Amino acid sequence: MNLSFALISIVTIAAATAAMSLRNLVHCALALTVTFAGLAAAYLQLDAQFVGLVQVLVYIGGVAILVVVAILLTRGGEAAQGSVFSASGIVGAGVTAAVLGVLVWAINHSAVMQPDMPPEPHVTVKQIGETLMNQFVLPLEVTGLLLTAALIGAVLIAMREPAGKIADRQSPIANPESQISNLKSQIPGPP
Amino acid sequence: MRGSMIEMADQIFVTLKHWLVELFPPAFQPLVSAALSVAAILSLFGGLFAVVTVFERKGLARIQNRLGPNRVGIPFTNIRLFGFGQPVADGIKALIKEDLVPRAADKVVHFLAPLAMFVPITLTFAVIPFGRNMTVLDLDAGLLYFFAVGTGAELAVFMAGWSSRNKYSLLGAMRGLAQMISYEVPLILSALTVVMIVGSLYPVDIVNAQAGYIGWIPKWHVLTPWGFAGCVLFLIAAAAESNRSPFDLPEGESEIVAGYFLEYSGFKFAIFFMAEYFGMFAAGGMAATLFFGGYNAPAPWLEWIPSWAWFIAKTMTWIFILIWVRGTVPRLRQDQLMNFAWKFMLPMALSNMVTAAVWHFMLPLPAATRWIACSLLVAGPYVLLGRGLMGDKKIARRTYRFAQ
Repeated sequence: MNLSFALISIVTIAAATAAMSLRNLVHCALALTVTFAGLAAAYLQLDAQFVGLVQVLVYIGGVAILVVVAILLTRGGEAAQGSVFSASGIVGAGVTAAVLGVLVWAINHSAVMQPDMPPEPHVTVKQIGETLMNQFVLPLEVTGLLLTAALIGAVLIAMREPAGKIADRQSPIANPESQISNLKSQIPGPP
Repeated sequence: MRGSMIEMADQIFVTLKHWLVELFPPAFQPLVSAALSVAAILSLFGGLFAVVTVFERKGLARIQNRLGPNRVGIPFTNIRLFGFGQPVADGIKALIKEDLVPRAADKVVHFLAPLAMFVPITLTFAVIPFGRNMTVLDLDAGLLYFFAVGTGAELAVFMAGWSSRNKYSLLGAMRGLAQMISYEVPLILSALTVVMIVGSLYPVDIVNAQAGYIGWIPKWHVLTPWGFAGCVLFLIAAAAESNRSPFDLPEGESEIVAGYFLEYSGFKFAIFFMAEYFGMFAAGGMAATLFFGGYNAPAPWLEWIPSWAWFIAKTMTWIFILIWVRGTVPRLRQDQLMNFAWKFMLPMALSNMVTAAVWHFMLPLPAATRWIACSLLVAGPYVLLGRGLMGDKKIARRTYRFAQ
């Protein structure tokens, strides 16, 4: 454990705590963003360049923005009046204990805890790309197809504009001559 | 003899930095090296920012038949320097202006927003190759880093707009967010074509792939059908990402006063202003790296000019185009902006990726076949999309009824 890891962990955990306990929802979202950034820094510190950068691109560039827009659109931006902590603390404690138990069990049985762990590999982005293109090409293609379909579908939904709406929008300028004559008739002329 | 002189001029900054770093004990050398690089970037782009603001004001003034700033020179003398003392005066003004924070504002977020804007944009300079052996951070996934770090600025727009507790600020922030997310997709997709052809995310590899000439014509990506389409898409999306005219709706001074930085004054406003220009420089530098051959010279007989000079020249060309466009094109309407991003830029970027793939697989075939096929693949979707989006709208010659 070195100094940079300690600093990253402290910032990440503090931000995560703030994201849970702050009163203002927007503050919570911003604190959550700091947590994402801290996680990305932890990945980068472990030499996982690709995962770290994708974490920034997807979570800070995408998910955090989505959270913030959702808060604004649902009028949830006002600060909570009462306590933000749930009253049913016992249930929460039970869930926490269960999650912790699963995590401890998983880590204990993972390759990390084996005595004969192989030395850490030096993985470049090129290698990740080659693995994705050779060994895991089918899952990659399926995911790509799904995302492209979602993207095109969203555009198609936005594309369909009801015919009446277009007519409404164009009506004021559809016949400028009659509008002008209307306006002229309203102006009192010289007697 | 002449060759070594050229080599020396090309590597002058690298040599200088090595010499400076070696003055320090070995333990401090990595730190000093990093600090020197950061200082060089900040002073170079800070200086360019100062000069470009004057050029922009003078250029816009010329386009609008005015003179522009031409008064500020050396105080207590009659020397005017053609108005190039203006940035110093502006800087002093920004520093001594009162820093106003609205009473209802969220003080912490309001304070952090300019920093959250400026820091990510400045960090993007780290992976841009400014010249031969002149990349600050030799990252294997440099291009990914560039786009990942750049997204940090989007949240800063929201932070500034929301924390000001002003409805115009919030409207500006919402506009800014929608615009930046929408144009990020075509921006990254158009850059991806280059990655597909070069097969690397490392910016120096991308620049080296464009070195060399066919006859006198450089092997730049912009001189291929997919590269030309990708370049135009990239530049339009980059202009939108840095909130420049004609995509400056988030500022929209005629309807929402100044958008998300409305409640900022003094040096905080100057930081927003500087971040916008730094964003332009970064976008121009990345466009030069991806499509215009980076630091490579455009012709064999111009090789004697140092590589860093070519990089700066290419970046400044982009700045010139942006100033020109700002003086020429009116601001878009919000629905036009969104339609353009999702219904034109996105399909074009997707079809351009197909074009790049076709180009890659047709490499063994004769050049003429490849050129004709790929040009059709670019022109076809362009015409079809244009016709399709036109719909049943009738475009005729504009007639003026009142202003004759």
